[in-house]
Amino acid sequence: MCGIVGLFIKETALEPQLGQLLSVMLATMCDRGPDSAGFAIYGGGEAGLAKITVQSPDPAIFNGLDSALASLLGAKVSMTTKDTHAVLRLDDRLTGKARGVLREQFPQLRVMGVGERIEIYKEVGYPTEVSNRFGLPDMTGSHGIGHTRMATESAVTTMGAHPFSTGLDECLVHNGSLSNHNNLRRDLKREGKIFETENDTEVAAAYLSAQMDKGLSLGEALEKSLDDLDGFYTFVVGTRDGFGVLRDRVACKPAVLAETDRYVAFGSEYRALAGLPGIEAARVWEPEPATVYFWER
Amino acid sequence: MPTVDLATTGLRELNLSLHRLGEGTNETHWEILNPRGAHAVAVGVNAPAEIAVQGSVGYYCAGMNRQARITVQGSAGPGVAENMMSGEVIVKGDASQYAGATGKGGLLVIEGNASSRCGISMKGIDIVVKGNIGHMSAFMAQAGNLVVCGNAGDALGDSIYEARLFVRGSVKSLGADCVEKEMRPEHVELLTRLLARASIADVKAEEFKRYGSARKLYNFSVDHADAYG
Repeated sequence: MCGIVGLFIKETALEPQLGQLLSVMLATMCDRGPDSAGFAIYGGGEAGLAKITVQSPDPAIFNGLDSALASLLGAKVSMTTKDTHAVLRLDDRLTGKARGVLREQFPQLRVMGVGERIEIYKEVGYPTEVSNRFGLPDMTGSHGIGHTRMATESAVTTMGAHPFSTGLDECLVHNGSLSNHNNLRRDLKREGKIFETENDTEVAAAYLSAQMDKGLSLGEALEKSLDDLDGFYTFVVGTRDGFGVLRDRVACKPAVLAETDRYVAFGSEYRALAGLPGIEAARVWEPEPATVYFWER
Repeated sequence: MPTVDLATTGLRELNLSLHRLGEGTNETHWEILNPRGAHAVAVGVNAPAEIAVQGSVGYYCAGMNRQARITVQGSAGPGVAENMMSGEVIVKGDASQYAGATGKGGLLVIEGNASSRCGISMKGIDIVVKGNIGHMSAFMAQAGNLVVCGNAGDALGDSIYEARLFVRGSVKSLGADCVEKEMRPEHVELLTRLLARASIADVKAEEFKRYGSARKLYNFSVDHADAYG
């Protein structure tokens, strides 16, 4: 069992409430996944600037990280920190180089996600505590995805929590379990993908980014995953401007969608949606199996 | 008429109060407010009470119901009226997976759509769905009637025993050992009665097709080995 919530805002006036609404949604899913939690927020980006979210169990390492990275890159780097996570902002042409420098000079840092708009926060702990540690209720943005984890396939660790990054500004959360992830991981390693955990969802994320590296769109990659991923899954994915949902053919992992003129919302259960504004008049339905749902703006 | 507001009253307290209802109780009309997707609302009731749930519920609402008439003024999560023994459960909206699973008696009416595995392993319950049902519905259904005014998804009635399935619209595919059968006068009569009990007046029994077991998988036969998959 795990819990997923997602909110994709259509009406700009609602954007300041994204974190508040998402944190209430996430809190309803605590009992579906009490061991860890995480969320991705698509906030305001600045043209030409990239955000790199990094994590360290010892936040002391963040002291002076921005200036150290700036001098190593010879470029401006700004940083905001939230508990065990820090968001580094720098010229988007330097993200590849910056990741290399981080890997070599700061091996104790783990990169959570990279993109113009995405920020990913995740930790072991009760979901409401995790959400408050990072100040989710105060975050703003156009869309966000949250996850509460009850681990089944791999250890309870920060890196085993969701969301997983699938590429620039992209992330994936998962409720279910994949049965062919070990084989797939071996194949993907041969293709050059790097893995940090024994987690099945990390394999699904790497699989999707491998397909997109080969030129497929996210929608096409999701379609292809129906044939290549064996197991149970409800996936929710986020992109820079979009939000998608896919369930496997058996569709035993729960999912509810709601749509109004103001937002599209996803919940593992209706409980997650019950507090949303105007939910009484929303179109609420259960997504069909093996069908890709995607919204973009 | 007791009114229980789940915004201020715990679920266990509500269900305990409902379980204490006995034969001949005067508290026969209950209203439950603010369910907000809560699990296990009005589970295990065994009294001839009318229970109105004002909103949508989560998992297992009205499970194991005996005698009570429970109306959900919204949609229901997975396992609504699971293992119902008698009484009536009416869902005004949609129902999620395995609605009426393993039900032994009573009537479940879903006025919207039901999702996958509706009536899985049903053992005597009557289920009437005004809309459509999802895949693997009536899987291993043993007894009772499943009536679908809309369409059915993939693998309807897979490995079915003696339940009767009536579908008015299309069936995406039939499961192993499930076949279309002749609508005889007794089936039209039965279906007319079920539609009337579900207060459906705009649909005629003659518009339905009947499906049931070909009875070829009851006992293992090597000739049918492929069908066991």
